[in-house]
Amino acid sequence: MINPNEDGNEDMETKASPSSLSEVAKATQARKEPGSGALGVGLEARSIHAWFGDKLVLRDISLDFWSGTVTALIGPSGCGKSTFIRTLNRMHEFIPGAAMAGEVLLNGQDIYEQGTDVTKIRLKVGMVFQKPNPFPSMTIADNVLAGLKLAQLKSQNKDDLLEECLERAGLWNEVKDRLNAYGGSLSGGQQQRLCIARSLAVRPEVLLMDEPCSALDPGSTLKIEETIQHLSSSMTIIIVTHNMQQAARVSDYTGFFLSDGGPGELVEVGPTSEIFSRPKDIRTENYVTGRFG
Amino acid sequence: MSAPTLKPTKPWKLTSKQRALIVGNLVIAAIISYLIVLATPMKGRLAYLSIFFIATILINFSENYFKRGLAAAKDSVATSFAAAGLIIAVVPIFSILLTIFDRGRAGLNFGLFLHDMKSNGPNDPLNQGGLLHALVGSGIMVGIALLISLPIGILTAIYLTEIKGIYSRPIKFLVQAMSGVPSIVAGLFILSAIVFPITKSSSGLMGGLALSILMIPTIARTSEEVLLLIPNDLREAGVALGGTQWRTISLIVVPAAKSGLITATILGLARVAGETAPLVLVSGGGDAVNANPFQSPMGSLPFYIWKGFTFGTPESIARSWAGIFVLLSLIFILFIAARTLSGSRSKK
Repeated sequence: MINPNEDGNEDMETKASPSSLSEVAKATQARKEPGSGALGVGLEARSIHAWFGDKLVLRDISLDFWSGTVTALIGPSGCGKSTFIRTLNRMHEFIPGAAMAGEVLLNGQDIYEQGTDVTKIRLKVGMVFQKPNPFPSMTIADNVLAGLKLAQLKSQNKDDLLEECLERAGLWNEVKDRLNAYGGSLSGGQQQRLCIARSLAVRPEVLLMDEPCSALDPGSTLKIEETIQHLSSSMTIIIVTHNMQQAARVSDYTGFFLSDGGPGELVEVGPTSEIFSRPKDIRTENYVTGRFG
Repeated sequence: MSAPTLKPTKPWKLTSKQRALIVGNLVIAAIISYLIVLATPMKGRLAYLSIFFIATILINFSENYFKRGLAAAKDSVATSFAAAGLIIAVVPIFSILLTIFDRGRAGLNFGLFLHDMKSNGPNDPLNQGGLLHALVGSGIMVGIALLISLPIGILTAIYLTEIKGIYSRPIKFLVQAMSGVPSIVAGLFILSAIVFPITKSSSGLMGGLALSILMIPTIARTSEEVLLLIPNDLREAGVALGGTQWRTISLIVVPAAKSGLITATILGLARVAGETAPLVLVSGGGDAVNANPFQSPMGSLPFYIWKGFTFGTPESIARSWAGIFVLLSLIFILFIAARTLSGSRSKK
């Protein structure tokens, strides 16, 4: 399916020759082993387990996410990637019968601690969903600013914020003349970028993206990948994707999830270039070279 | 680019020849039914219609069978039944509307909306008196019912679909059971629970209460259906943006369902606007305009209609038909308003 020596690596290099690759190297040096103490910044998952009813779907996932990096989570369908990122902003608990164990530390603080204000957590850890879901009753402008209304935040200058968020999501030029049109009138790719702009408006520290491009055409996908690269300098991005080229193009780190019929587990995590060129685990190698999955 | 020699066509539509053939078949069926009625002891309009129907099916079936095969023949039979069903359903509706217009016309005049019946009897000519008292009464009582039922109905639906608390199942069951309650029972309930023990007299408020018992389940059930159609994505997106559940419901889910909720409300209004039985019991039915819902009997359109028919004089019956016409027009206007209100937003 994919030959990492062609597509993946080429893209990696074009992507990042001067800046990003060195960043990867720096981050790699500074990186600690999972679970070895608080990073202080960013997001840390500590032995996350997740259940639906009695069924264990995720076993013992520990992963650290540095701020300013993009981490891609890859793996075959049904291996628990989406479930995992939903535990990172407490969306997991919305599914009836869901249960979890473990800790998620945001800036050193467990988000599952009793007495935590869940809405504040979700303000800091934003989410972009698989299917573009702009609010149908709102205009483009209202959609972007919906988070402020929902969380009852004050903003000094809404017009500036609106422009800034749409600009960062790479949508401003396309919609600046029709901010009062309804969100549903945009194309699928534009709607997804609108959803990204919407999650930026509340200024999250972490952005979770659950297969944000799986419903989009290649052109829109490219735009969103550019958006991700722009954003990555200022926030932590975690992206679930089925598209390994995409993982290779946009991410600094890649985690490979796998389930052999039982609960999903984290097989391997490391700098993206290593995962795609010299994976340590044979299962990872089989997957990234397209031999299974 | 091909040369623009082709005209746009619709090959899937019937050609005029096929259309002529269909009409021809109908004519043949009509002739056959005429001949059979003439030759056999079967007589009457019903005989014509039944034989015409059977003949149409047979002719279409055999024509399609020989030309295009069994599947097409079966299709033609199904089409015939569907067309017959359409006629059976639509003809009575138009017949009812026409009758109401025809009979109601005599009693219609502008004074109807300016006067009440306090100084007019059932034998007075049609240009005296009016149904203002009934209109005012219906408006007030339906308004009270709406004021009570709208929040309760929609909040019930929100509880059932959004909050999904532990009482969802019993509440769902109760709402379904309540929507089947005969209207007279709602009237009797208010009569025995409030009018006899507390107020001891009928009033518009009591009428409004009785109507709200009928209205709440209609609004709750329809709203529930509407809210269930809102994709879960939107709820998750709202919560993921840091909204509480309540703010997500009120800022995102309810506005997204707005048009459906308006329809639910109008359906509830239409359900109770024509109710007579509970109002006869609890609101009395004065002949004078009474705008005070807390005291003394209050008229209503259904009551006005019912009363006119019980008098039995030609004038009072004509008044009743006019009342039916007004009531039906009001409900019709409500439906149109609902359609326009709910449609205007989604088209953009």
